[in-house]
Formats: sequence, C-alpha cells, structure tokens
Amino acid sequence: MLKEYKTVTEIYGPLMLVEGVEDAKYGHIVDIEIADGSIRHGQILQVENDKVLVQIFEGTEGINVNKSTVRFLGKPMELALSPDILGRVFNGIGIPNDNGPDIIAKKKMNINGSPINPYARDFPNEFIQTGISTIDGLNPLVRGQKLPIFSGAGLPHDDIAAQLARQATVLGKGEAFAVVFAAMGITFEAAQFFINDLTETGAIERAVMFINLANDPAIERIATPRMALTAAEYLAFEEDMHVLVVLNDMTNYCEALREISAARKEVPGRRGYPGYLYTDLATLYERAGRIKGKKGSITMVPVLTMPEDDKTHPVPDLTGYITEGQIIMSRPLHRKAVSPPVDVLPSLSRLKDKGIGEGKTREDHADMYNQLYAAYARGKEAQELATILGEAALSAEDQKYMSFANEFEAKYISQGYYENRTVEQTLDLGWQLLSVFEDNELKRIDEELIAKYMPKFRK
Amino acid sequence: MSETSIGKIVKVAGPVVVAENMVGARMYDVVRVGKEHLIGEIVELHGTRASIQVYEDTVGVGPGEDVVNTGAPLSVELGPGLISSIYDGIQRPLDQLTELQGDYIQRGSEVPGLKRDTKWHFKPTIENGTKVSHGDIIGEVQESTLMLHKIMVPFGVSGTVEGLKEGDYTVEEIIGNVTGDNKSKTELKLMQKWPVRSPRSFKNRLAPHEVLVTGQRVIDTFFPISKGGTACVPGPFGTGKTVVQHQLAKWVDADVVVYVGCGERGNEMTDVLKEFPELLDPHSGEPLMKRVVMFANTSDMPVAAREASVYTGITIAEYFRDMGYSVAIMADSTSRWAEAMREISTRLEEMPAEEGYPAYLGARIASFYERAGRVICQGSPDREGALSIIGAVSPPGGDLSDSVVQATLHVVKVFWSLQGRLAQQRHFPAIDWLTSYSFYKQYLPGCFKDAQQGEEMATMSQEAMNLLEQEAALIEIVRLVGSESISAKDRLALQAAKSIREDYLHQNAFHKIDTFTSVEKQFEMLKAILYFYKQALTAIDNGMETDQLFAMEAWDDIARASYVDEENIAEIAAIRDKIDEQIKAASIA
Ligand SMILES: Nc1ncnc2c1ncn2[C@@H]1O[C@H](COP(=O)(O)OP(=O)(O)OP(=O)(O)O)[C@@H](O)[C@H]1O
Ligand SMILES: [Mg+2]
Repeated sequence: MLKEYKTVTEIYGPLMLVEGVEDAKYGHIVDIEIADGSIRHGQILQVENDKVLVQIFEGTEGINVNKSTVRFLGKPMELALSPDILGRVFNGIGIPNDNGPDIIAKKKMNINGSPINPYARDFPNEFIQTGISTIDGLNPLVRGQKLPIFSGAGLPHDDIAAQLARQATVLGKGEAFAVVFAAMGITFEAAQFFINDLTETGAIERAVMFINLANDPAIERIATPRMALTAAEYLAFEEDMHVLVVLNDMTNYCEALREISAARKEVPGRRGYPGYLYTDLATLYERAGRIKGKKGSITMVPVLTMPEDDKTHPVPDLTGYITEGQIIMSRPLHRKAVSPPVDVLPSLSRLKDKGIGEGKTREDHADMYNQLYAAYARGKEAQELATILGEAALSAEDQKYMSFANEFEAKYISQGYYENRTVEQTLDLGWQLLSVFEDNELKRIDEELIAKYMPKFRK
Repeated sequence: MSETSIGKIVKVAGPVVVAENMVGARMYDVVRVGKEHLIGEIVELHGTRASIQVYEDTVGVGPGEDVVNTGAPLSVELGPGLISSIYDGIQRPLDQLTELQGDYIQRGSEVPGLKRDTKWHFKPTIENGTKVSHGDIIGEVQESTLMLHKIMVPFGVSGTVEGLKEGDYTVEEIIGNVTGDNKSKTELKLMQKWPVRSPRSFKNRLAPHEVLVTGQRVIDTFFPISKGGTACVPGPFGTGKTVVQHQLAKWVDADVVVYVGCGERGNEMTDVLKEFPELLDPHSGEPLMKRVVMFANTSDMPVAAREASVYTGITIAEYFRDMGYSVAIMADSTSRWAEAMREISTRLEEMPAEEGYPAYLGARIASFYERAGRVICQGSPDREGALSIIGAVSPPGGDLSDSVVQATLHVVKVFWSLQGRLAQQRHFPAIDWLTSYSFYKQYLPGCFKDAQQGEEMATMSQEAMNLLEQEAALIEIVRLVGSESISAKDRLALQAAKSIREDYLHQNAFHKIDTFTSVEKQFEMLKAILYFYKQALTAIDNGMETDQLFAMEAWDDIARASYVDEENIAEIAAIRDKIDEQIKAASIA
C-alpha cells in the first residue's frame, strides 16, 4: 500500500528532492530509511509533476542519494493522543523519550491544526493568578490569552516561566489544569531545570513535555510547537482542561524556519527571515483561546530571546504584532539583582481590563495599576536624572518619587521565584508602597477607594 | 461564455496551485481545486497553464487532481442580509460555517453570502411601466432599524419595468422584470452580484467637502477625515491602531460601516462581536451592529482569502454608497494584505521589488484607496454617496520607510502617525500631533450648525497647534537650563500645552463618556483651555505670579471636562466664568 521510492536525486541543506513519484500530496509526511537502516522523518514542501521536495526533520547528515528509501505515508503529520500523555516526555517530533510506552491513541490529530472560526471564539475574561505581582497587579493574564516573555541572552526567563507554570491558578475554582511545555533548542540544563521544578512540586503529573534540545536536529523545531499545541488542543477542547502552554524559545524556532527558507532560495525578508514569518507565527499563536460552549481553554506564554535585546528584531516584532501584549525582561534590573527583573513600563497585558475589578479580583485593581504605573514612571525619570546630576540636585518632590521607585523595585517587582502572592497581597502591597504619598497626590485613584483602603496603611 | 473546462494539477506550493489544460480560462476566474473542491482564483495564465491562489488550506492536494473552472470571476452577493453579518475573506458567513463545520474552519464548504430562506418586505418606489436603466432605485427593504436598503437595477440592464409588486420575497425570488428595447426580458431580484476586483461604477466624482465626524478629539479638531476621504494609521505594535479603528467603527457619523479584520487577531473580532450589539449609536440610539458589515479573515486563516478580503469588503461598501449613503470602511491591517500579496507573488516566482514585495504593490494600494470618494451615484433619483477608507498599517519595527507605509502615503490624504513613545507613556490615542496631517482641515467649520462657531473652532484649532509647537521648542530649552530660567509667559505656554495634551488630546476609549465627544463638546473643552491661557496672559501682564495661576482650581475643572456628559455641556462653558472669578479673586488678594 505505501509507496516506496529509491529515486532521491538531490540533497541540499535540510531538503531532499525525490523524482518519479506518483500521487504525492502537498504537506504529507514521509519516512526515509537511510543506509544504516535508521529512519528519518520528513514533510512534503512542494510537489511539481513527479518531483517532490521534502524537508527532513532530523537533518540530512549521513543521507546518501543512492541508498535511501523514501516511503510516502499519505497523510499529514499526526500526534497520537489520550489522557495518558499527561506526565509524559516526548522528543521534538512527538516520539516518547522517557522510556515509557507508546501512547495508545484515543484520537489522532493533525499537528498543523485548523484556524478557530472567529465566530466560535469566546472572549478571554477570567483572571489567572500567577502569584507574581508584576503580572497579577500590573499586567493581569486571562484565560485564553497569549502573552509572551521578551527576554535576552543570559536573563532569567526560564525561572519566571517555571514560576508561572508552577503557580498559575484561577481563583476559587478547583478545575482541571495542565501545563504543556515545548522546548526548542534550549540547553539540557534549562530543560532539566523545568523537569526538576515540575517534579518537585508534583506538577509533572499534569504536564506534557516536548523536548528539542540545543544539540537536537534544528529542523525538528518546526514540528515541536505544533506537537505541543495539538496536545494542548486535545486536553483543552476534548478533555475540558485549562491548559497553559509554554513555548521556549521561539527565536530558535524562527531560525529553523529561516534555514529552510534559505535552502529553498526564497526571497528573504528582514534579516533573512522568510516573508511569511508573520503568518507562520500567527498559525501557532492563534491556537490559544477559548471556544464557546467548551469548558477548557488554552493560555499561551511564548518565551523568546531578543538578539541584542532589540525589540524591533523580526522575532519579537512579529510576535508583538500577534500576541495580546508582552512581558519584557530588563537587563539593568537584572544587574541590580531584582528578580524577576520585569521591565514594568514597556510591559503590557492588552486584555488586562477584561479579567479584573469587583467580582473578579478587587474593585481597586484598575486604579491601583494606573497609579503605580504613573508613580513608577515618574520615579524612574528621577532615578535617571539622579545618575546624571547626582541625587543632591533633585527637588524634594523628585527625591520622594525616586525613593518610591527604589522601594517599588525592591519590594513589588523583586519577590523572588518562590514567593507565591495572592492578588490581595499584591494589591495591598501597592497601597503600602503608595502610602508615602499624600491622598491628593494619588490622582489616578478614586477618592472613595483611597478613603476605604488607605487608612490601614498609613502609619 | 467560456467553456467549463477541466484542467489537471501539476504543482502545489503552499497556497498556490498550478494546473495545465485550462482551456478557455480567464484571469480571475474562480475554480474548484482537487478532490475536495477547494475554492481558488486564477492569478496568472501562460497559454492554458494557470496559476491559482487557493482560498483554503492545500495540505493533501497533489498533481493529477482536477481543477474545474466555474467561468465566473470572484464575486460578492449584494442585497438585503448583508447588515450585521460576519464573513470570511470570500464572503462566507462565519456563523453558518460554525453550524456546518464546527468550531474550526474546515475545507470545501460553500455557503452563499446571503441567506436564501429569509423573506424581506419589498416596497416598490416606482410605477410599473417606468423606463429604467442600471443604478435606478426601484424599491426599498427595511433591512434593519438603521438600514433602509435600496434595491437598484443591476449593471447592464435597461428597459421598461413590469410586474413590480409589494410583498415578501427571498433574495432569489423574482420581484419584477425589465423588458429591453430588443424585447429581451431580465428578471429582477433583491440580490445582485458584482466581481470584487472591479470598482462599481458611478456618474461623477466630486471633491470631498464635509468632515466625517468621529467623536475623537485629536482627529476631529486637528486631523479630520472627510466623507469620501482616505486616511491611514501606521504605528508599531501595541500603539493603538486597532483601538482607533474600533473607535471609528463605533462612532463615525456614517450610515454604514464595513469593518475588515484582515490578518489580525481572532480575539479582537470576538471583542467586536460581543461589544457592538451592546453599544448604541449616538445619533439614532439603535444598536451599532445594525449598520455594520464585518469581515474576519484572521491571521491564521488562509492568506489567499486574506488577500481577497479587502476587495470583498470594499465592493460591499461601494454597493451601499451607490444607494446614496455615507459609508466608512476600516481595514486592519493593510500590511497583512500586502504580505498576503507578497506570499502569493513569491510562490508565483515573480521578480520581487523592495523587501520582497511584488512590483505592483504600489499600484494595488493606490487603486484600493482610489475606490474611496464622494460621488454622484449611477441612476435615478439623483443622489450623492460617499465612501471613506481608513487603513491601518503595521510596519516592521514601526519603521515608516517601509514599502507599504510609503506606498500608502502616496495616495491617502490623512496621516495619523502613532508613536511607540506616546503609547508607552499611556498617552492614548498615541497620535503624534506634530507629524500627523490632514488635507481636509479646511472643512472643519462645516461640522457646526452655527457657522460662526465653526469659524471660531478653526481658529482655536490653529491656536492650540501653535501652543503645542511652541511647547516642543521650549522643552528643549527647559531641559538645558531648567524651567526657572524661561519667561513667565513661556511657562504659561507650557502649562497650556500640557493641558491640551493631557486634558484634550488624551482620550480614553474605554471610558463610558470619554469614548465619544461631540464637536460641540470639543468646542467648549478647547475653548476653556484657550480662554484660561488668554486670561492668564493678561494677568501676567498685570503682575500676577505663574505659581498663583497654576494653582487655580479651574484647571481641575478642565481636567474633568472630558467626563462631563453630553447633556451637560453647559457645565464646561461655565468653567470660563470660574476662570474669571478665580483670576479676579487672586488679583484682589
Ligand atoms: N484610546 C485608547 N484608550 C485607552 N487605551 C488605549 C487606547 N488606544 C490603545 N490603548 C491601549 O493600547 C493597547 C494596544 O492597542 P491596539 O490593540 O489598538 O494596538 P495596535 O496598534 O492595533 O497593535 P497591533 O499592531 O499589535 O495590532 C490596547 O490594548 C489598550 O490597552
Ligand atoms: Mg491591532
């Protein structure tokens, strides 16, 4: 039934050309048996008459033109799914690599997914408590949102991602919760850190991992996030779970895509990335969301490192154009040993207003983040002025704001990776920090709210 | 008519399929591709070899499969039932697709744009026996409380009307006939079709002369768009392009709004679907959805359909314009449309121009915006329609030298430049007051019922802009030497400019009252600020200290003015009396 061909004519980069093929279909997968008897996996990128262009996930190293057998499997790439995937570890193309048994499929799903009909979507509006003040207090995350972490080389994005995976809960609900983790080109240490972290807290029981390490084949990374998202869709929309997907590191994914594009000699877009990078990323990121009438949801936290900390680099830039905000890590704060070093001012959760306020978190939430944001922005200006002119040159007013900013960084932003704060604690901390100001200086907070909450915190 | 010939696929590369033996095929013919009958459109022809862009996912399609030509170009269905609909890029109703396919977009479904079973009450507006030709209005259907749908004679039809009768009809039922001079008979229906890539015709084009009021202060007062005008909103991610587009869709004083979500987020479309039915039109008090047609071809939906969505949207907008309405179309984002063009072009192996975009990028963008305008519509009775286009542009890294931005700036008359810096300071709308522009500013006075008030507004707008420019120059100096060393009048100018920025230009889209400001309220708000400025200038001449002036409570009233209800505009006018009192009190003391 399966057709086999020994007619490989060209191999270049991660690509292979097979000729004389009948009935090949675009997007279907192939198995390649190479001279040593091992099997590689590939996907059809283009078919023209009897010529088929295949991308090889494991790379083409060691493949011989004459001694390879290509089997056309006649279907797109699929992942075998059942609730048993929870607690398991797979490689970047979905093959178990934890010595456990194969998954007996309750359902097989095409890893490329399908677009959610916009009409079928339900709007994200349920607050997720992450226990991290800079997120819960200032940039609230809601179920079904996609909120990336923009980081840089050497910054502790792994720690904050792990903290999120460990602590995220929805208030007052004991609903089924799962974490799907996709590692793309990260180090063994970083991957092990996640696995250990989840194991220690027992969270591993409700986690699924797809691991492609830095020394694993680069092209495999193209499949990895799709595997993870397919598992997430299954858990969310077939098994009614609330799924948090962490994709780490999207920059490595994009590099793999660039490699394929270069091998195909496509006209490059900015910095050599293909012109369709936006669309490609969108087909991943848009798989987050909620669907009307379904209990589960997919919330997504892609992690990416910005080359040279440059926000206009195509990977963060195009990500920002698709996601619903971004959490940005700051190198200066990291140097000051603030942890997690979240750069509060340019960070933004665009769906923040949907999940907060009376009945969801607390009535003072919106005014509080506006006030903290304004006061910190002012304090930061004063900090900068002080480094240029010296502290003595600051007006009394500026000094007050500067010391507020220092306190804010030390207490509010810097909480460490193991403190899990309730949203009330975060909000109260805001009041406490703001208590250095007179009531009439708190212009962003409703007078009634000040009267209600502030007295407790004034000495 | 072309024969419907069956071709064979020879190549599949992503969204582009090449087929041979396409005898009789014409450019832009719609075809059915492969076993699943995917919908596609011919975009290149070499003899009988056709390149086809496919509107659905092509995974699983391969050489040897059939391609069937329908012989017709990509067209939209026009008639009652458009209003309140939400479509994909090729006018398939998304609500019906969910019923048919479930929560995910699947392939091979054909759903007509207009519902076939709905009966509409049709009332003729002309007598049987009247001579008509295309564009003539023959009757009306009250489609929604906000939309009186005019039924027009389709293109290419003329003669004598017969058999027109009031009654309830579906869009396919015959409502009457037209007998031509050569005795040929054409059946009239509530529905007609139009190929999306051809602009609909009109009699004459007129210069714009009237402002399209948006209720957004920075836009109406400083950079207005006209009825029939074109505007673009470029900016880096997160600067408020979508919010501006949503605000306009909600509040512009147009009869019909067509919203095209082109390659953007699914959740944003859900937001619109949830919010618009709840919001009331400030002019009529009816739910806003009753004048809106929506297109949602989100970023994860097929790119070829994204490419088409802009044309589908504008054709429907033109159709309403032809009824004599003022129509506004928003496209968010035209960059995603351009990228779809680029992807198709790459797959066609065309020679790329800058940034990989096809050489015809500029021409396509120009001809899209050229479909805007104020026109004398085709047919009788005489009527005027207007179509305004507002396009968002998403340049890589916010860089305005981007090809799409540049091609757009060549043709549009209004430029709202969104700045990352302002957005980060949470100054929204983040429209840069120094670099944005509008070629329609001279029509601002016409927004007011009272001509004199209109003239005064134009003067104030100029005065306010002068203050903002003065501020930009002064800030440099203050940075160098500190605010103590500039003159009292300059300090006052800074204070006034700050008030213009924070209390006037800044407008919170999510505040119940602040979200929309009538021009009359805009007038009073701006007048209060400028009045304070002028009275304070005189006070300084009379020896008053700036600290005294800056501490006055009237500033707080100015800061709160944006939250004053439209019904209580008089309260804002009354601020001027308070200013007089407070200055007087201070000068006595
Ligand atoms: N007028 C406004 N009032 C209050 N907030 C605003 C306003 N405009 C924008 N914002 C804030 O800015 C955020 C981003 O705005 P928006 O989604 O319109 O950006 P965008 O330019 O469309 O970004 P992208 O290119 O990524 O789609 C909003 O979620 C909102 O928080
Ligand atoms: Mg947007």
